[in-house]
Amino acid sequence: MDLSYTPEEEEFRSHLREWLAKVLPTLPPKPSPDDWPGRRAYDLGWQRMLYDAGYADVHWEGTPSVRLIFLEETERAGAPYVGANFVGLLHAGPTIAAEGTPEQRARWLPPVLRGEEVWCQGFSEPDAGSDLAALRTRARRDGDDYVVSGSKIWTSHAEVADWCELLVRTHPDAPRHRGISWLALPMDAPGVTVRPLRTLAGSAEFAEVFLDDVRVPVANRVGDENDGWRVTMVTLSFERGTAFVGEVVACRRVLGELAVTARRNGRWDDPALRRRLGRLNAEFRALWRLTQWNVSEAEASGGVPGVGGSVFKLRYSHARQELYDAAAEVLGADSLDLERPWVLDRLSSLSYTIAAGTSQIQRNIVGERILGLPKGR
Amino acid sequence: MRFQLTGEQEALRGAVRGVLRRVAGAGSSWLVAPRGGAADGYSPAPFPGDARPGDERPRLDRGLWRALGDLGFFSLRLPEADGGAGLGLPEAVLVFEEAGRALVPGPLVATHLAAGQVPGAAEGEVVVAAADGRLVEWLEEADVVRPGAEGALPLRSVDPLTPLHRVPAPAPTDPVAVLLTAAEQLGTAARAGELAVQHARTREQFGQPIGAFQAVKHSCAQMLVRTEVARAAVYAAAVTADRADIAAARLLADEAAVRGARDCLQVHGGMGFTWESEVHLLLKRAWVRSERCGGGTESEELLAADLVA
Repeated sequence: MDLSYTPEEEEFRSHLREWLAKVLPTLPPKPSPDDWPGRRAYDLGWQRMLYDAGYADVHWEGTPSVRLIFLEETERAGAPYVGANFVGLLHAGPTIAAEGTPEQRARWLPPVLRGEEVWCQGFSEPDAGSDLAALRTRARRDGDDYVVSGSKIWTSHAEVADWCELLVRTHPDAPRHRGISWLALPMDAPGVTVRPLRTLAGSAEFAEVFLDDVRVPVANRVGDENDGWRVTMVTLSFERGTAFVGEVVACRRVLGELAVTARRNGRWDDPALRRRLGRLNAEFRALWRLTQWNVSEAEASGGVPGVGGSVFKLRYSHARQELYDAAAEVLGADSLDLERPWVLDRLSSLSYTIAAGTSQIQRNIVGERILGLPKGR
Repeated sequence: MRFQLTGEQEALRGAVRGVLRRVAGAGSSWLVAPRGGAADGYSPAPFPGDARPGDERPRLDRGLWRALGDLGFFSLRLPEADGGAGLGLPEAVLVFEEAGRALVPGPLVATHLAAGQVPGAAEGEVVVAAADGRLVEWLEEADVVRPGAEGALPLRSVDPLTPLHRVPAPAPTDPVAVLLTAAEQLGTAARAGELAVQHARTREQFGQPIGAFQAVKHSCAQMLVRTEVARAAVYAAAVTADRADIAAARLLADEAAVRGARDCLQVHGGMGFTWESEVHLLLKRAWVRSERCGGGTESEELLAADLVA
């Protein structure tokens, strides 16, 4: 068991640190959360800077250790989040890289790396959430096109996306996992309507997407027809891998700030509150170690994240909610004031046990795939 | 960074698990092996039928203690020149995890820490107990008590396999004792999860294994999650030997063991509430270990102070 990094990895870290210290002060001011074109431009601009400095493909080409260092250092330095580039860099991109043809890789990957195109995700539907394989959006073959009709939901960045990784049903009579295909949908195609959805935090973080006889070239299909479920599982394993590294670092910083605030406002004198924060310190230290454990495991197994991601996500999503609940205890009545720090974060933390596979689904995965317990009838 | 067990560490863990299985059998054999009859040289704790729980003083098996000594359990971290294996905390943690999994009775941590300081401790010839926090485990069976146990009074121990005395003055906490205790808790947590899963796979009700029901399945999944989070914390603390890392490991391992044993008991239903099932021994030992070294409160305060250091 070794927690130290190689000289090469340490060199990568120190170069990255120097670069971040140099470029972060030159960034434009952060756009307001409701300014979608502004957010798109800001996130793409950051990706372009990463590209020019040689860091754009760290998620794809780097070893898991290098990715860990990259995410740790960018978060420590307060660099922008992956933002609108999330689906392109961490979902659709890796899927196309793994499953696409040379032509598809050449068409779609470079614009993602260069910060030129934004992707969104069209997986969930109003009647297909946790039970994703129940999706009903239909794609009918017509010559060299599919004609797609249906609706998608919880699509982040839909308003400003160029492409959507879309799951459609291409074989309505096949067993449900075997009739699904993965398409790249151009968001400017006729028949695509985007309706923003306001979250409980008040902002329009995601949208509903309606598809009305939208024509998508067959050449935009990644993987074989009706093989989309397997292609999708590749994508989801990336999402549950190192996706939360930066956030654990951020949570540890927030926890330190909470303690300082509690000392200032007197709450620190309450031993119950103090011990609650001490326990959260243990929690996030352990989650950081679990991340390092999972990364080392992925490195040993050739880089594919395993089901260990479900273990991590289960614990992390609840820990994050506990962190912001503790923040509310530190703030007291101020926790009802949306202008205060952490109040909006507390609201958004509520999505963590739902998004990317609810805690209940994750427990099924752990119970069935790791522990070998039988599926219910 | 290669935060995984090395080949040598895996081999060590496997060897220790094998030996403990041989000398100890499954954890429950500490209590249910035929009374008066020695199994593999180990005479199980006597618990005559009409005694009340907590009245009987379990005897520490000297044969077992010497077997542990031969295995290098106590001398593991001593330099090779002094008859040890020259290994470090990570290896000690793996070995104590196995002891926790097999629920080995006796003052393991105290004797391990005395190796090289108290003659005979390293070899398993001498049993060393420690006044730890406000309690001493195995006082009457020990040859040496450190730092001392003046004014010690026996109590009726909740754990039939850990006799306890109260001592008036708390002793200062040794972080290594905290870490090795956490390792034992980790092993017990893992064992509780395995027992629960075994039972959930085989016990049928309503025409299917109860593990197919989500209420049971999710409980088992949570046991695994708590164990794996604790494992990462315990192993990392063994590598860094940092006090805050050790305190974190302790809190998570206590939680994994105590809640894991509770959930394991619940999954076992009525059988989990019986004396003959192994489950209550896991829970009671986990409770005893949770009170060592000032209890979780001390670790929580240490980690709170760490946030504003």
